[in-house]
Amino acid sequence: MRSVIDIKELSVSEIDELVSVAKDIIANPEKYAHKCEGKKLATLFFEPSTRTRLSFEAAMYELGGNVLSMASAASSSASKGESVADTAQVISCYADIIAMRHPKEGAPMVAAMNASIPVINAGDGGHNHPTQTLADLLTISREKGRFDNLTVGFCGDLKFGRTVHSLISAMERYEGVKFVLISPDELTVPDYVKRELDKKGIPYVETTDLTAVMPELDILYMTRVQQERFFNEEDYLRLRDSYILTPEKLENAKSDMIVMHPLPRVNEISVAVDRDPRACYFKQVLNGKYMRMALILKLLGL
Amino acid sequence: MNIDSIKNGIVLDHLTPGKGMEVYRLLGLDRLDCHIAIIKNAPSRKMGKKDIIKIADDIALDTEVLGYICPGATVNIIKDGKNVEKKKMSLPEKLVNVVTCHNPRCITTTEQELPQIFALTDHERAEYRCIYCETLAKN
Ligand SMILES: [Zn+2]
Repeated sequence: MRSVIDIKELSVSEIDELVSVAKDIIANPEKYAHKCEGKKLATLFFEPSTRTRLSFEAAMYELGGNVLSMASAASSSASKGESVADTAQVISCYADIIAMRHPKEGAPMVAAMNASIPVINAGDGGHNHPTQTLADLLTISREKGRFDNLTVGFCGDLKFGRTVHSLISAMERYEGVKFVLISPDELTVPDYVKRELDKKGIPYVETTDLTAVMPELDILYMTRVQQERFFNEEDYLRLRDSYILTPEKLENAKSDMIVMHPLPRVNEISVAVDRDPRACYFKQVLNGKYMRMALILKLLGL
Repeated sequence: MNIDSIKNGIVLDHLTPGKGMEVYRLLGLDRLDCHIAIIKNAPSRKMGKKDIIKIADDIALDTEVLGYICPGATVNIIKDGKNVEKKKMSLPEKLVNVVTCHNPRCITTTEQELPQIFALTDHERAEYRCIYCETLAKN
């Protein structure tokens, strides 16, 4: 049974297929309203992430399916010491598909290796979060109309930002894509990511100056700079504030550039930017639900 | 030093000097009840020094991991005193329970019954990553 643990497991043509199903769902929701009748999605969230869980549950309900939800991680069998492998086998007896979030990296993969039903990774620690990347891709496709020939800027924490690494590995497969990596020196993209880009001959530039590169960008992907990445508060506050997107900084951006962010934001995009038609981060949330719907359909073979 | 050449069995040759004992344990030779010689720091024209393990028994042995522990190692099958097969070991695609993941956030740290599996992700750099969390194996 096929599972989705890492965005890299999906081929370009599978992503195209998911994007076109998602667009068809948006255009003809009634056609899909009963597709999952009689099917159950189990949402196993071993750490709280209300927004991701609600997105999966809304996706399943809109397909006419049902949801089995674990009350909370604290009351679950995991706190009694049951292994992920056992949990996966038990839940396979009740549900048709699993969405799993877990604080430990690799836990959804272990679940997928042991479940007899498909497992979707809904985030494993700071590691993978493929449905976030699918949401990002649908947003790019809907807003820009293509994946190729785009200059994609990433700004903020590029060292630990998993959404950044995943979107780079998904986008590098398209012709004519160029990356602009904007971050403080402390938070640059890890060497192994750059090595991959070098090996494939994909153009990228690294810079600390957001304003200077703004006019080149077709997409600006902002990320959260998290306090726990720093040893002292001073460094954190200094760096956090130097990468805040404001309407002034957007002045020399292309008129059709889009601003993306995986949310939740802290203060890296000022609220005044929300009114700008280029702001797409709330659209990403909605697109995430549509892509989860498309993915559930695909994995259930419907 | 003179060690009898064997009639039937396996000779693990060109082992990195000092790695003989590690190989002995990793291949599970310590659990076998057969005649084995471990030779440390034998003179070698190519390597200066090398370790050698001689197993005087015709056993089935999975030697894949040698390519990881001792790049350049050779496995020789001896039949009736003749070297009938000489295999130069290359990097294995997978390492099972050879290296341990050091990422404290990895699922293997809380679920210790899981096999430690590392996959070869970069051939040129001989890089292995944990299949669960993709952390690089430390040598
Ligand atoms: Zn690991």
